Amino acid sequence: MSNLERRAWIYAVVAVVVPVAYAVALLVRAPAGGIAASHYAGPMVAAVVGAIVLNIVAGIVAGMWGPGRAEPRDERDRAIDRLGEYVAFYVFSIAAVVPLVLAMREAPYFWIANSLYLGFSLAALVSSVVKIVAYRRGF
Amino acid sequence: MGKPTRVTNSIRALRFAHGEMTQQELAERIGVTRQTVIAIEQGRYSPTLETAFLIARVFAVPLEEVFQYPEEHA
Repeated sequence: MSNLERRAWIYAVVAVVVPVAYAVALLVRAPAGGIAASHYAGPMVAAVVGAIVLNIVAGIVAGMWGPGRAEPRDERDRAIDRLGEYVAFYVFSIAAVVPLVLAMREAPYFWIANSLYLGFSLAALVSSVVKIVAYRRGF
Repeated sequence: MGKPTRVTNSIRALRFAHGEMTQQELAERIGVTRQTVIAIEQGRYSPTLETAFLIARVFAVPLEEVFQYPEEHA
């Protein structure tokens, strides 16, 4: 497994674990007035920053061990990366319709912000899965 | 799922015909990773035209001896 494929696996795991942890944290601390009344901004910022830090640290650690650790990115890696980002763009473009509609309907900020976050997370996950499939099966 | 490309290649045979050249050695000579050479050999990745020419140059053969594309039958 190449270093970049390992990174795609890390991105996929982080794209699942962090949003799930964020959702659990929100649900556990939900106020009596409903989850939409909860203070989501702090946990969301922590989730976004945490995911970035986790990806960087895990990527560095994964790059220090195993075969392919010293290999530079080549044309296939770049092509797979482009494919993943291309698909992620479309996933996020479609997912962005939800917060757009919510904003038009003047829904609570909670739902607008969280549907945006869900869109980011989905795009990150799909991008990683596309890259992993491309590495495994070819494209 | 079938192979993502109809292009076939003779890289494995050419490597063995050239002193059992390793995938790593070929990768280093054409400037890609060993994983990419493996993917090309197995038909999981079609290299760029530039890399295809580089592979042919390593084995000192025309491109058609390295890569083949099936004939269309009407």
